Amino acid sequence: MNILASLRTALRALRKNKLRSLLAMLGIVIAVGAVVSTVSIGEGAKAKVASQMASLGANLLMIQPGAMQRGGVSSGAGAGQSLTRDDGAAIEKEVAEHISAVAPINRTGGQVIYGDANWSTSIMGTTAAFLAVRQWTLESGEMFGREEEAAAAKVCVLGNTVAEKLFGANSPLGEQIRVRHMPCKVVGVLAAKGQGGFGQDQDDVVVMPWATLLRRIVGSQSDSVGSLWVAARGAERVGDAQREITALLRQRHHTPETADDDFQVRNLTEMQNAANEQTETLSLLLGSVALISLIVGAIGIANVMLVSVTERTREIGIRMAVGARGRDVLFQFLTEAVVLATVGGAIGVVLGSGAARYMAIKADWPTLLSPPVMLGTMGLAGFAGIVAGFYPALRASRLDPIEALRFE
Amino acid sequence: MASSDGARPVVEAQDIEKTYRMGDVLVPALRGVTLTVQPGEFVAVMGASGSGKSTFMNLVGCLDRPTKGKYFLDGQDVSRFSRDHLARARGAHIGFVFQGFNLLPRTSALENVELPMLYQGVSRKERESRAAQALARVGLGERLDHTPAQLSGGQQQRVAIARALVNRPKLLLADEPTGNLDSQTSIEVMGIFQELNELGLTILLVTHESDISEHARRVVIFKDGQVQDDHQVAHRRLVAPKGAA
Repeated sequence: MNILASLRTALRALRKNKLRSLLAMLGIVIAVGAVVSTVSIGEGAKAKVASQMASLGANLLMIQPGAMQRGGVSSGAGAGQSLTRDDGAAIEKEVAEHISAVAPINRTGGQVIYGDANWSTSIMGTTAAFLAVRQWTLESGEMFGREEEAAAAKVCVLGNTVAEKLFGANSPLGEQIRVRHMPCKVVGVLAAKGQGGFGQDQDDVVVMPWATLLRRIVGSQSDSVGSLWVAARGAERVGDAQREITALLRQRHHTPETADDDFQVRNLTEMQNAANEQTETLSLLLGSVALISLIVGAIGIANVMLVSVTERTREIGIRMAVGARGRDVLFQFLTEAVVLATVGGAIGVVLGSGAARYMAIKADWPTLLSPPVMLGTMGLAGFAGIVAGFYPALRASRLDPIEALRFE
Repeated sequence: MASSDGARPVVEAQDIEKTYRMGDVLVPALRGVTLTVQPGEFVAVMGASGSGKSTFMNLVGCLDRPTKGKYFLDGQDVSRFSRDHLARARGAHIGFVFQGFNLLPRTSALENVELPMLYQGVSRKERESRAAQALARVGLGERLDHTPAQLSGGQQQRVAIARALVNRPKLLLADEPTGNLDSQTSIEVMGIFQELNELGLTILLVTHESDISEHARRVVIFKDGQVQDDHQVAHRRLVAPKGAA
């Protein structure tokens, strides 16, 4: 009996007992559905983390002043003033081999006012390098340059959200707004960037020259920066850049060999990896649950096949009487089990993809369905069918035709 | 004994013994049976239950192997064949008709008749056309799509006969083929057998009804695992041959 004929025979036999076939494959459906959706959800979550990290800027290092001790009291990270503009300039010069841009960033909050409209937002002081580091572009106008920075000029660039809150559909370019108490001319508007990695609106910001923020808004003569953002020249340079920056800053800060760094270099790639590891752990957990349900599903098929063989003993006898060899019968029942498992797997792939798609829409990440995973799990289901069907099929093939024909 | 011009016998059983083991007890079912059936014969095997006629039938049908002795089917010694070889021999040379019809339930007449060809590697197209022909030959050309449940007992038995014929067997084995049928239908079925026999088909029929055995041309009677009697019967036609009206 050839494969096509066996397939047809198997399908016919399964169709005759639709409900039972459906119940038999249910375990496999759930298992495969779980695998497909879990993998897809994991991939989607990973992609979302990656895109969030990318929206911060690629190959980014964040340097923050570290915890410092004064009179035995430790203050938390970022509280110190150990990091200065000069440190930034030194990094830009000394580590140029590995990095492409350095931007100092200081932040504060405040009210911005234009006409009747006002809005509470985050105010950021930085340099023109900010755009390169954050891989951000301007929607209109232009970025402030070195002169404005040196002069602490009263200019600013609005984030998309702020522009919309204050000006609606009108162009803010050239308009005077007030940032806290300071009048300020709008020279540019940033392109919309959307949600950041932690759910905050990245476009809810006003960017101005670093000196303007420090001297005019905060009213400080200090040279210390809130953080330095550094863009490495490539993913493979991030590690080197981190090492050299650390060495350079320790040297500049005259840190003794034995002392801890008085700053912190955070590598966004590492943060991304940590987030991915979490996702992977979760995927692994769900995946193993799915594998267990695959085993349970296979047991379900084995059970149904055993019942089916007993119930169809007479049919087996008839087939043997008209010339079916043991291997024909074995093959027939094995085919039935494999068809059950594979059809179950196919339904599982469809349902799992649907579930993944639903989750993706809910959680706002791309639906990533990998065909190898879908084919692989279907193959696995088919294999489970072979394993599950083998013993029942073997029993069927070893029946004695005379007794099988007598079976009531 | 009927002999047709030196052609080799379809069935040649030489001193066949068959012993079953029931726990520690050996139960002899056949105790030295020698029987030859020539091509074109129509033999009725009779005997009380326990006489060994069913065991003999199973051996002749290649469903089982003798404990001792030799069995040549169409000149081939099949008494030491493996299970798979026996299955091949069954499929290729023997057609079965059973008392309980033994059709696949919820399966159309056509598919039931196709079944033996499935295991002989016959192509789908040829299977269908040959099955339809065989069904037409037993008068069921209009009922190809009917399942056994939609057919009467006589019609079911005719489907079974069509199934038995479809591989053009050397030997038709019928085991109490009229046991589940009323007398009118029994006569119809026996008529079909006679007609097939007249066309040259060798038939071996197991029955315990003597009026049925009378439609055969030779009667072999089993008793206690041995052949007790073996005689020719005067030919009695049941149904006029086709076209003769």
